[in-house]
Amino acid sequence: MPDAAPHALPDAAHHTLSQPTQAEVALAHQFDSLEQQRDATTLGMWVFLVTEVLFFGGLFTVYSVYRSSYPEAFAAASHELDILLGTINTVVLITSSLTMALAVHAAQVGQRKALIAFLVVTMLLGAAFLGIKSVEYYHKFVEHHVPGPGFQFEQEYFRHAQLFFSLYFMMTGLHALHMVIGVGIMLWMVAWAWRGTITAEYYSPIEISGLYWHFVDIVWIFLFPLLYLLGRHAH
Amino acid sequence: MSSTVLSPPRHYLNDGYGVKSWLLTRDHKRIALLYLAGVTFFFFVGGAMAVLIRLELATPPGDLVSDETYNKLFTMHGVMMVFFFLIPAIPAVIGNFLVPIMIGAKDLALPKINLLSWYIYMVGGLFTLYALIAGGVDTGWTFYAPFSTASSTTNVIPTALGIFITGFSSILTGLNFIVTIHRMRAPGMTWFRMPLFLWSIYATSLINVLGTPVIAITILLVAAERLFHFGFFNPALGGDPVLFQHLFWFYSHPAVYIMVLPAMGVISELVAAGCRKPVFGYTFVAFASLAIAVVGFLVWGHHMFVAGESVYAALIFSILSFIVAVPSAVKVFNWTATMYQGAVSWETPMLYAYGFIGLFTIGGLTGLFLAAIGIDVHVTDTYFVIAHFHYIMVGGTIMGYLGGLHFWWPKMTGRLYNEGMAKVSAVIIFVGFNLTFFPQFILGYLGMPRRYHAYPPEFQVLNVLSSAGASILGIGYLIPMIYLMWSLRYGRLAGSNPWGAVGLEWTTTSPPPTENFETTPVVTWEAYDYGSTVEGHVA
Amino acid sequence: MRTDSAHHIIPTRVYYTIFGLLIFCTFLTVQISFLDLGPLNAVAALGIAVFKATLVVLFFMHAWYSPRLTWVVVLGSVFWLGILLAMTMTDYVTRVWRTYG
Repeated sequence: MPDAAPHALPDAAHHTLSQPTQAEVALAHQFDSLEQQRDATTLGMWVFLVTEVLFFGGLFTVYSVYRSSYPEAFAAASHELDILLGTINTVVLITSSLTMALAVHAAQVGQRKALIAFLVVTMLLGAAFLGIKSVEYYHKFVEHHVPGPGFQFEQEYFRHAQLFFSLYFMMTGLHALHMVIGVGIMLWMVAWAWRGTITAEYYSPIEISGLYWHFVDIVWIFLFPLLYLLGRHAH
Repeated sequence: MSSTVLSPPRHYLNDGYGVKSWLLTRDHKRIALLYLAGVTFFFFVGGAMAVLIRLELATPPGDLVSDETYNKLFTMHGVMMVFFFLIPAIPAVIGNFLVPIMIGAKDLALPKINLLSWYIYMVGGLFTLYALIAGGVDTGWTFYAPFSTASSTTNVIPTALGIFITGFSSILTGLNFIVTIHRMRAPGMTWFRMPLFLWSIYATSLINVLGTPVIAITILLVAAERLFHFGFFNPALGGDPVLFQHLFWFYSHPAVYIMVLPAMGVISELVAAGCRKPVFGYTFVAFASLAIAVVGFLVWGHHMFVAGESVYAALIFSILSFIVAVPSAVKVFNWTATMYQGAVSWETPMLYAYGFIGLFTIGGLTGLFLAAIGIDVHVTDTYFVIAHFHYIMVGGTIMGYLGGLHFWWPKMTGRLYNEGMAKVSAVIIFVGFNLTFFPQFILGYLGMPRRYHAYPPEFQVLNVLSSAGASILGIGYLIPMIYLMWSLRYGRLAGSNPWGAVGLEWTTTSPPPTENFETTPVVTWEAYDYGSTVEGHVA
Repeated sequence: MRTDSAHHIIPTRVYYTIFGLLIFCTFLTVQISFLDLGPLNAVAALGIAVFKATLVVLFFMHAWYSPRLTWVVVLGSVFWLGILLAMTMTDYVTRVWRTYG
């Protein structure tokens, strides 16, 4: 944004009809133009994602410390995770990012039906991810890999494997919580798209929701190798 | 300026009446006042804890309260003061009020998020208050593991969750300020024409956004460990307690810069206005704010010199802790240089500013003592540390807060307070503060440990001095409550620029209209442009 | 790097190409994990993850077409996480490591 140039006059100044346009209805009073509003809200979402990077980052730090300290135990514990389900989930999430990007594109070109379709598919893929995750959690429960009094593991790595699984549940659990929130946001966006609030001029809510969704995908892109791929070649 | 001052007919305070117009407001100015009510309340809760602490410490034996109760007192004092007063106060009260006005905008970029921030803050604060009433927490505000995760039988989780919730308030406010300063500046308001207060708020917001999430995840880890016995920080389960400290202090050290940077920003404004001069070395002060924010993230290990971190890491943290003092010193030098040959005034806000400069210098220098590992080994966990950080947080931040509150009170309320009573309170606070905390440097150096409710008799004289000072300080804090409230009804009308200061906020009415300005200002002058006439800047 | 992502509509073939790359990288990283490369396993896995994340940030999140400020925000967050990781690991790497019991 150029520093010295004055911001554009509000759209209403150019308008000669008495009814406000869709775009003017969408313009909040503290902004001078839709462009300024879009720039500001997009920057706001990026800054929020910074906080999320540091939020998950704390867990990655805990992981790094203990992985570097107990590599064999972590490899052995990681080996117990289901790599097929993990890989499928990774593919599911990457596909959902594709459909999310296509949803934003549809919004940009004013294709309301395509927008709604892509949003719904994104939601379904997100739900699929959560479903597969629940199956994995169930497996862990049945195999006595849930930390606590019922935890069972080979004696040599018992304590540190339990640490791995604590991290596993904490990290994937927090990620899953973010997915649930993401699905909720998608639902909200579907409602807005349905009502016609989203137009080719005003689509930044979709774009911003997309940023959040992609971020949650990126977290998984790191979680997958760190949690699932460690101990594949060993044992 | 005209001799008869009239109150503007429509302004943000009379633009809508009733509880709903306040609780559902999106006006950053009203939200600032909502925060003012909240932080004042939590300040006095924390202050009540301090009163009890100093009462106990007036005599050597632990005779007023049991040791467990004492642990709860200093814990809640720290939690309330740090998370619910010092971190939010200046940004959420003075910052919320001024940021849009100082850049010439109608409001913050995200007003609804701003209101949400306040609700989150209040919910978190009340949650934590509940934990206090329901029996308290005894871990210290630093809730070190594994005591907090495995041994303590008190309300750790509700307290931790209250802080977790309030953390989102800091994050959202910081986010809002960053977006606003980047995207909402009025035409002609370039970065280097902004008042230095905004540079400080911007740097503070960077810390809020980058640091707070880490304490958030740390709190979740503590709660998870406590609930599910995970073992991240428990040696018995393979974890490392020092890892907790790494994560905790990664935020909590920058947090002290969240507390002091906004106060420094206030001081820049007060010194410029009080001396009718531009701040000396504007660019240096602006970049010093950023430098403090950045380097402040690199020093957290200096809280852990004796905790078990490696000597090599300790060396790196120690050197960086010396370096972080430099930008703060630059600011002190520049404020002093601003005063040189300035038209130095002695009005109340300026008294607080001069007090800040002296007390912050003492606090900062003693921080260097602590940054030296050789000295730290002897004085860590003693009253020396307590004196050091109270000099900065109370002698620094709270004086900056009070100075700012007095300086902008006429703008916020349209009223002037009683200058005589205000000056007297400022002096009482200064005297009371030094009497409370200077003896604590000596006590710490002589070896009195912190967080103990009983001590050897040879420390009594210094402790009695400190407790006497605390009672004076307490009175000093109560008096402004009285005359500031009184001024709301009976104070003289202020007019748009009672101080004759330069700044966009002084070009609009007192109180300002809801939209802040009649027309969007176009800025063609530099910050602190005291060279030309003040009237030239009145819109 | 364009500065006006608002009006720049990225053609969908870009998205499909990136998607293809991401899926390919996923299978690549899984296959590599079955080989024993010693310390290089971690390097490869993380390297591929960083590459995938970069693709998502640049193209799905439109960072490639966004103002310079967006780049500063993204790189800044990564750098700050780096500070947390690196300086914490400095402690652990330089301690005489003791397992806790």
